[in-house]
Amino acid sequence: MTLQSETFKSLVKVAAEQVIASAPELTALDQAIGDGDHGTNMKRGFEAVLNKLDAITSQPLDQAFKTIGKTLVMTVGGASGPLYGSFFLAAGAAVAGNEVPEDLAEVFGSGVNAVSARGRSHVGEKTMLDVLIPVLETLKADAGRDDLIERVRTTASEAVARTVPMQATKGRASFLGARSVGHVDPGAKSSCVLLHAVCSTLEARQ
Amino acid sequence: MNDTVGIVIVSHSKDIAKGTADMVRQMVGSEVKVAFCGGNPDGGLGTNVSLIIDAINDAWSTKGVAILVDLGGAETNSEMAVEMLEPERRKMVVVCNAPIVEGAVMAATEAAGGSSLEQVRAVAEELTAG
Repeated sequence: MTLQSETFKSLVKVAAEQVIASAPELTALDQAIGDGDHGTNMKRGFEAVLNKLDAITSQPLDQAFKTIGKTLVMTVGGASGPLYGSFFLAAGAAVAGNEVPEDLAEVFGSGVNAVSARGRSHVGEKTMLDVLIPVLETLKADAGRDDLIERVRTTASEAVARTVPMQATKGRASFLGARSVGHVDPGAKSSCVLLHAVCSTLEARQ
Repeated sequence: MNDTVGIVIVSHSKDIAKGTADMVRQMVGSEVKVAFCGGNPDGGLGTNVSLIIDAINDAWSTKGVAILVDLGGAETNSEMAVEMLEPERRKMVVVCNAPIVEGAVMAATEAAGGSSLEQVRAVAEELTAG
């Protein structure tokens, strides 16, 4: 299967626009338990991606993912730059040319593993991995189902909600110890925003 | 002249990075190369991978470079910067798990004596072990 370039272009565009639109909410979440820059950092990174949209989407998929990753690494300015950047760099390495593998979980899983390695973090530590790992499990368990997109969307939403009672042990929020309990994790939220944007774009094209 | 391990200081704040570098230069002297950077790509508080890469190259020495960081994002971005270096340089750069000001001064003091990268890192990281 090859991804049509128009579909890919709208995937990247909508995902970037949704992150930019959610910047105030991400910043508010980060002000509660972090250093309050997640929204502005993600906005800067995805604005840089939008600025290169035509160049990115005219590349083969593997190169396009790598360009997105490198752009985020170079422009975000916080830990989320290398974390999201590593996701896309690893996803790009898991794709051959412009071919979308049948096994989407493999590509997504490569990205998730890279995030885990970069952050030296695992599930249950109140991070973006608490959304990415459940979604990876859904991609594996529900591959081929007609309602896969809807299940990914629901998994992501539920996973964000499950970060509220978690206590952070990684990143800036870990400085707060028990006081990090009771808040949505900003990185989990931004991952959910990206995933929901992908789900909506793919649904609209079905 | 014997080369000494270079020191790179990465803070979220350019003022902290510069102030730390000033302290190192005053306390250790100028025989150790010290480079610093701070601030996100827009100049606000944060860190910036391309500035970190530039600082590593500025402080480059055949004995390698030790990086001192302040908070989480500085560490993550420094590790990313190291991975983006040319392959032969990557293994000659370490990110020290040490407090930024004391770590930089201790690391530079050790470096000035001609110590290896591992010795420089160990002296800086002793501050954390205590």
